[in-house]
Amino acid sequence: MAVPAQKFELAAHLLAARPVPSGEAAWATAARAAAVERLTRMGAPHRRDEYFKFTDPAALVAPEAPAVSHVAPDEKAAFADSDQLRLVFVDGVFAPERSDAVALEGLEIQPLGEALRTDIHWAREVFGKLEERGQDPVHRPLAALNTAQATQGFAIRVTGVVRRPIAFVYERSADAVDAVVHHVVRLEEKADLTLIETGAAASRFSGVTEVDVADGAGFHHVRTQGRDHERLAFTAMFARLGEKSTFKSFTLTANGRLTRNEQIVEFAGAEGVAHVAGACLGDGDFHHDDTIFVTHGAPDCESRQVFKKVLRNGAVGVFQGKILVRSIAQRTDGYQISQGLLLDEDSQFLTKPELEIYADDVKCSHGSTCGAVDETALFYLTSRGIPRGEATDLLVLAFVDEAVQEIEDEGLAADVRERLAGWVARRRR
Amino acid sequence: MLKIENLHVRLEEEDKVILRGVDLEVQPGQVHAIMGPNGSGKSTLSYVLAGREGYEVTDGTATLDGEDLLGIEAEERAALGLFLAFQYPVEIPGVTNMTFLRTAVNSQRKARGEEEMNAADFLRLVREKARTLNIDQDMLKRPINVGFSGGEKKRNEILQMAVLEPRMCILDETDSGLDVDAMKLVAEGVNALRAQDRSFLVITHYQRLLDHITPDVVHIMADGRIVQSGGPELALEVEQNGYGDILKSVA
Ligand SMILES: Nc1ncnc2c1ncn2[C@@H]1O[C@H](COP(=O)(O)OP(=O)(O)OP(=O)(O)O)[C@@H](O)[C@H]1O
Ligand SMILES: [Mg+2]
Repeated sequence: MAVPAQKFELAAHLLAARPVPSGEAAWATAARAAAVERLTRMGAPHRRDEYFKFTDPAALVAPEAPAVSHVAPDEKAAFADSDQLRLVFVDGVFAPERSDAVALEGLEIQPLGEALRTDIHWAREVFGKLEERGQDPVHRPLAALNTAQATQGFAIRVTGVVRRPIAFVYERSADAVDAVVHHVVRLEEKADLTLIETGAAASRFSGVTEVDVADGAGFHHVRTQGRDHERLAFTAMFARLGEKSTFKSFTLTANGRLTRNEQIVEFAGAEGVAHVAGACLGDGDFHHDDTIFVTHGAPDCESRQVFKKVLRNGAVGVFQGKILVRSIAQRTDGYQISQGLLLDEDSQFLTKPELEIYADDVKCSHGSTCGAVDETALFYLTSRGIPRGEATDLLVLAFVDEAVQEIEDEGLAADVRERLAGWVARRRR
Repeated sequence: MLKIENLHVRLEEEDKVILRGVDLEVQPGQVHAIMGPNGSGKSTLSYVLAGREGYEVTDGTATLDGEDLLGIEAEERAALGLFLAFQYPVEIPGVTNMTFLRTAVNSQRKARGEEEMNAADFLRLVREKARTLNIDQDMLKRPINVGFSGGEKKRNEILQMAVLEPRMCILDETDSGLDVDAMKLVAEGVNALRAQDRSFLVITHYQRLLDHITPDVVHIMADGRIVQSGGPELALEVEQNGYGDILKSVA
């Protein structure tokens, strides 16, 4: 069968597998229908699609979610020390009895299902809308599928500076289950929010977050994606940034058979700042893909992409990162670095860095490197008495630290470092 | 203390012989200096002793107090008390000097079956040594050698030596790139460590350092061999006349 026909057939299957929710407000029903239409037009993702060349999406669109064993927790939960509004999901379903009361000063928050049944004006500008903007020029069919079907998640409108972070804690219970979660976040002018996400969510997870950051607002995002080895995850975060706004996102991925994290960031106003960073640690049956697209659609904005991947025992890391600078976006400052550290010859780091620039007064740089542990550094450390294994660990942690440094909050960064050290130490037992 | 006999070394990667039968013995408490033209094999000798990979020992032995050095890992040599101050100290982004020093001290203690040093004692020790070498606290918190000036890097080597308290210290051109004051600091650092049961092998091109650290023996290395040994006056001769006469006389 030719590829295109297969893509459309599969899209139809995916849409049939889970009913599009009914009984929602007219605007939500329209947003769902538009998402269905988008997916039907694009077709399901396929290995031969340009942006799935390095990552076979087959497991993400297979009829059944795989059974995934649970890693017994032997370290303290990530970020649990900070004072936060904890909202727990079990297998992707919000568990109010395990969560804090859904209320926080400085913002309006309600479960997505509820929001989509009411006529909330702000959400209609965001839900499915940012995802739709992010489909051009690169198709993101799994995100459209999520918009069409998700009933879980939260709608959050932030009106002030919120000091207490919101933490989505994604726990797993069932061995084999799909979780489909969709959040919409709107930060009003000068509002500020930190969003923490932790956990694997489900044996197969689809998570989409749309974030609309108004002028002068700040959005900080830190997440870890659990430690379960065989889990599959597709996530996409779509952000639209207003004038002088800030967007910072960091992701730690340790383990997981297949992870595809997409981040689509658009500067819609001048003088915005966006930092997207990630550190991943893979051992064995591990395929991790960061696909980033930053569009400079306004002048004087600064974007940074910093991605570090440590790979061993045949693990595969993928980085596809693009900076698009439209002609209006003069004085853009764009930076991108992606680096793979291969701890053996079986592992692979595949990259596709792209710059597309239509403005003439811009400063854009990108770099990508891939290599083994530096023998000279290793000798320096061992010559001081540090055993080779421990010296390697130090260098691995040093390697990923450039990405960790992108986390603004020192406490959250320390937690991430602790988890990195834990992962590294466990490999040497 | 250190005994090197008939050491022959070639590069693993290419067919190139660098050391062609080095003989050298340093007694406890002694300071030996090695001088010699560029490319004669001084750094190679120090690397081979410290355990760097990439060299093949084709003949000869090296022992520290009778224990074979060449068959063990670099970290084991360090735990035995061997220390090399690098000619080109390595920059390691992402690992702070403090973490490095603490890990090194405790790794060596562990390897020797000693108890780890507690955090407070360690901090006190490092602060005190750093102060005498004019290394400020900020430098300790910075990543290893990253952005350090040439002289700062060399002082950092001596700090590591002072904290680790090795018994056999090899200094590879620690005087290069130092200003007059830094040179004095480094020399004082070395002299402070001089002891009955500690020896030094100082590789240098200049008499300057030897004005401060008086060697017991001076060796001249040329083309992978020690071609002449003598007292401190040998260094003065090199300073005045270069290597020409010495090399001619042994040829
Ligand atoms: N890894 C290597 N690959 C190729 N050649 C090497 C390597 N290591 C050393 N050599 C060569 O071996 C010789 C000895 O080098 P070495 O660095 O030991 O000299 P040195 O006496 O320390 O010189 P200097 O006084 O300039 O520091 C030189 O010719 C050098 O180029
Ligand atoms: Mg040298």
